Amino acid sequence: MSQEVEKYIKSEYEAGFVTDIDAETLPPGLNEDVVRFISNKKGEPAWLLEWRLKAFRIWQEMEEPSWAHVHYPEIDFQAISYFSAPKSMEDKPQSLDEVDPELLRTYEKLGIPLHEQAVLAGVANVAVDIVFDSVSVATTFREKLAESGVIFMPISEAVHKHPELIKKYLGSVVPQKDNYYAALNCAVFSDGSFVYIPKGVRCPMELSTYFRINEQNTGQFERTLIIADEGSHVSYLEGCTAPMRDENQLHAAVVELVVLDDAEIKYSTVQNWYPGDAQGKGGIYNFVTKRAVAHTNAKISWTQVETGSAVTWKYPSCILKGDNAIGEFYSVALTNNYQQADTGTKMIHLGKNTKSTIISKGISAGKSQNAYRGLVRMNPSAAGARNFTQCDSLLIGDKCGAHTFPYIESKHPSAVIEHEATTSTVSDDQLFLCQQRGIDPEKAVSMIVNGFCKEVFKELPMEFAVEAGKLLEVSLEGSVG
Amino acid sequence: MLTIKNLQAKVEEKDILKGLNLEVKPGEIHAIMGPNGAGKSTLGNVLSGREGYSVTGGEVLFNGKDILELDAEERAREGLFLAFQYPVEIPGVSNLEFLKASMDAIRQHRGEDAMDSMTFLKLAREKCKAVNLDQNFLKRGVNEGFSGGEKKRNEILQMMMLEPKLCILDETDSGLDIDALQVVAEGVNSQRGPDRSFIIVTHYQRLLDYIVPDFVHVLADGKIVKSGGKELALELEEKGYSWIENGEA
Repeated sequence: MSQEVEKYIKSEYEAGFVTDIDAETLPPGLNEDVVRFISNKKGEPAWLLEWRLKAFRIWQEMEEPSWAHVHYPEIDFQAISYFSAPKSMEDKPQSLDEVDPELLRTYEKLGIPLHEQAVLAGVANVAVDIVFDSVSVATTFREKLAESGVIFMPISEAVHKHPELIKKYLGSVVPQKDNYYAALNCAVFSDGSFVYIPKGVRCPMELSTYFRINEQNTGQFERTLIIADEGSHVSYLEGCTAPMRDENQLHAAVVELVVLDDAEIKYSTVQNWYPGDAQGKGGIYNFVTKRAVAHTNAKISWTQVETGSAVTWKYPSCILKGDNAIGEFYSVALTNNYQQADTGTKMIHLGKNTKSTIISKGISAGKSQNAYRGLVRMNPSAAGARNFTQCDSLLIGDKCGAHTFPYIESKHPSAVIEHEATTSTVSDDQLFLCQQRGIDPEKAVSMIVNGFCKEVFKELPMEFAVEAGKLLEVSLEGSVG
Repeated sequence: MLTIKNLQAKVEEKDILKGLNLEVKPGEIHAIMGPNGAGKSTLGNVLSGREGYSVTGGEVLFNGKDILELDAEERAREGLFLAFQYPVEIPGVSNLEFLKASMDAIRQHRGEDAMDSMTFLKLAREKCKAVNLDQNFLKRGVNEGFSGGEKKRNEILQMMMLEPKLCILDETDSGLDIDALQVVAEGVNSQRGPDRSFIIVTHYQRLLDYIVPDFVHVLADGKIVKSGGKELALELEEKGYSWIENGEA
């Protein structure tokens, strides 16, 4: 193998355009004044500024982690700008009609419906929050959601409107000192989505946030906080894209999920940050911390489709705190050209009879490196806990790599842990069989890869599953022979 | 239907086909027999356009078209079907999905609309029955976990669904027990027709008891060295290939 296979993976990044918009961007550099500037810009209360400053001081003491199976030049944190906002957001638009049309067109180009009528008339039943560089620019369907008591708004706004919730839960799942990038995020986070689902409420529609990096040399540090109160249910989707640029850009987000007793959160991600060009130039560094705490009888399900970014470092995790809590992690990570991914999950079992499932599908093409890294820990309190892990790698071509780093720690004799792993390739013989039946090779590769990912795709909400399939197809273009 | 003139081909710098001539008319069944290493499988692979086989001379006309210029998938869409000696598995891609993609591509090439799902499913079930495969096989991954015999029957199922003009069976009988052999042969016989031709590549005469050829050719050292009627196969079985190779014929 296989020129035959390689010929068909050559990706054209479709979301790579730049929007020409007047932006207010901080000069590069990071110090306490920058933290104060951001906090001031958002008109934050004193306690939050202090919280940020504490994080900043912690971050200064920390070292960048080097254990992941990824290689990239040292990041100069003083060369990055930590705040960028479209100028037209200075006087915040009151409704979608007042949003800069250039901004709206950006999202139209990305195929994201922002006009509520369009959404209502159309296919999807989705409320959307849009984060453009450092600010949230629009959130749709807020009134409709409010009827059932659901709060869905930019986190910067929630700080003012729901300070009690923010104060109680911000940093409760991912504390400031958690890790290097989380600490940095705590110090300089600019915006993100906030969701609260009241007791016993089943959120009437899918909630969704689309993140877009536009400005050059800026980092994006968004923070998402979702609280599902007792017995509630919500399905949340997030999507990410960025323009094609020769420089690497940093994205260090934090997502915290709080799933109270008997509640359920289903969190799906389609991550398509710019992966860099075919020579490995440019692309996003995606260093993200995502974690959920599940209380008694609660359930958290992470589904991710990761096709973008030059370097990905991401481990959506579940702390199964309450008895009978359930954690799930379904992942498809595709790397092509010079992309590197080190991704997986942590399942921390604290409660009795907690259950977790991990299904990870890694696809490597081109000269990329793809690693699964996962921790399953059964604490001494986790009587009767169970885990099932399945970790499959698919190689396309012979210049890429797949790696698996499972960590298993069991401190309770009644805990059951299962781990299965496979590695396979898309072979010339498979391709030829498809071609001999009239199927063109690009379609064949995408069919084979989609077949490989089937178990994960069926966990995605309908519209996303279609999108994910198409995304794989685009990301794999030219990966064969 | 198919005209092969002075075909020469290489695999990894080694000459395998050295001037092969063959004429197949509509409705005919040709058996190609020969010793191991004579180039039997190479012929099927070269005709169907597999990578790694380079044509160094000669001409192949399929329904008047020079198919050596076409990609493998284009030849398939023109109606050339190769039943594999060792069908590969494609895990996770269901037989049904695979067949649909295949049929859609071929019908589109012919300028026909895609078959609607209900008609397609009905047809697929029907053909499953014809080759004695349980309908559950349609939902399973392509050849995934199939036995040798099931894989070969699956090839015949695909052939029946796609209705090609020319079918090349590459040692389809290898590794089959007598029951599976009969099922395969019945499948082929049911597809015989005035507009469909077959090239049956086989090492043994056994398959030809069930699929009776119009012509038998002996392939040795990259060329057809002897042609005859069905009785030639019996003669070969009796005397062995050395009879031909030693030039005693």
